[in-house]
Amino acid sequence: MSEPSTTTILSTSRSKLSVWCVCLVALLAFAPGHAEAADEVLRKVAVADPYLEMHTGPGRGYPIFHIVDRGEQVEILMQRTYWYQVRTERGIEGWVDQDQMELTLNPDGTAVEFRRATLEDFTNAKWEAGILAGDFGGANIVSLYGGYSINPHVSVELWGSQILGNFSNGWMGSVNVVHETWPDWRFSPFFTLGAGVIHTSPKSTIIQGDDRTDEVGHVGAGLRIYASRRFLFRVEYKSYVVFTSRDENEEVEEWKAGFAFFF
Amino acid sequence: MESRFRVLFLIALAVMLSGCAATKNLFGIGDDEAPPPSAEPPGQVIDPEVERRDIKEPAIDREDFEVGAFAGLMSIEDFGTDAVYGVKLAYHVTEGFFVEASVGQSEAGLTSFEQLSGSALLFDDRDLTYYNLNLGYNVLPGEVFVGEGRAYNTNFYLIAGLGSTNFADDDRFTVNFGAGFRFLLTDSISIHVDFRDHLFDSDILGREKVTHNLEGTVGVAVFF
Repeated sequence: MSEPSTTTILSTSRSKLSVWCVCLVALLAFAPGHAEAADEVLRKVAVADPYLEMHTGPGRGYPIFHIVDRGEQVEILMQRTYWYQVRTERGIEGWVDQDQMELTLNPDGTAVEFRRATLEDFTNAKWEAGILAGDFGGANIVSLYGGYSINPHVSVELWGSQILGNFSNGWMGSVNVVHETWPDWRFSPFFTLGAGVIHTSPKSTIIQGDDRTDEVGHVGAGLRIYASRRFLFRVEYKSYVVFTSRDENEEVEEWKAGFAFFF
Repeated sequence: MESRFRVLFLIALAVMLSGCAATKNLFGIGDDEAPPPSAEPPGQVIDPEVERRDIKEPAIDREDFEVGAFAGLMSIEDFGTDAVYGVKLAYHVTEGFFVEASVGQSEAGLTSFEQLSGSALLFDDRDLTYYNLNLGYNVLPGEVFVGEGRAYNTNFYLIAGLGSTNFADDDRFTVNFGAGFRFLLTDSISIHVDFRDHLFDSDILGREKVTHNLEGTVGVAVFF
């Protein structure tokens, strides 16, 4: 059966195919309602606990306004943080906490499992992003980073920083390799090694000088501290060597603290 | 009395030892009594495995990100008040905490010196642009009521962060803090009213000082 269809596609000219593609895109663009209606298959769960409490909003403080009895089914419309917006068979919509959602059953009768981030995820999560700020050789530094874990011990990070000093400003971009010796500890120390570029421009009002772009290399160590859920705190020290075009290389020490989350 | 205890003790000991004898196989001390291998030919065994119905659960739509635009007024210290506008992106980590990045732009007016003296401007590039990375916390989640039959979810949040302000040909390390009110028009569309103070060091007027730059904005955001 599959072979004739392949032949058909091959015999169709490229221009004809692109016309079809355009038509398809146009159809999708102009008929979003239809597309959504066709796509919208919502996940259904059955209430297994004596009842399911529906709040008016996604938070502990919002009042409970409706209760779904055991055995009834609800559709999950969306998730925001650890709250689920559900719709009952009668069309009432409300928000349910993850703890309660975990007591529902799938259509095949198995227990529903909604993963909640734990210390284990802190160790094993693939992606991490965060914001740190601190001191870079006397100047202020604001940094943003994203990291990918190759395994629980080793990860690669991409950093972008802005340096704001009294005499000069600049930015820095670098790639780091991070090694965590005890990734399963709540206070997990790490060592890091990296390289990048630094761009500095002296403040014209104070000192005369040209903008410079130099390569940097650095080593460092720090601590990742699991806070709760997907949050972690991070403190670190890095020692930079700036490979200047002058006779001597510059050495800069950096201290930073901030927070990050993993996902 | 004592002999009675001794008898009780001996009985207890005997019971325990016999118990050990019975359970010793559990610990592998006893003889290996493996069950005889089944002699039936494989064809005759009824396969108890029922083919499982593999249901692929539809994915749940996660709406933790919030993207929006805002506009309002910003008072730049010594430089008057002017319009400010910008965009922001927030990520809700928990029901309480969210992180936010925002970028904004405003324009500096004239200082009183520039106005009175009528002389040349202190600097030419009058644009002020800033970015900041913030951590916010929804302190007072709540509801507001419009008329008799409508209720909207709201959040009063506190927010603070760090960033940089480009003003008068210079990048300045900036700390900002403030509070805001998020009004959820629907579960996915929100209206924000935000007040912030942006603090940065400035030496534009001679002496270096910390400037307070107050900003009030109204914005619309969409969760996705």
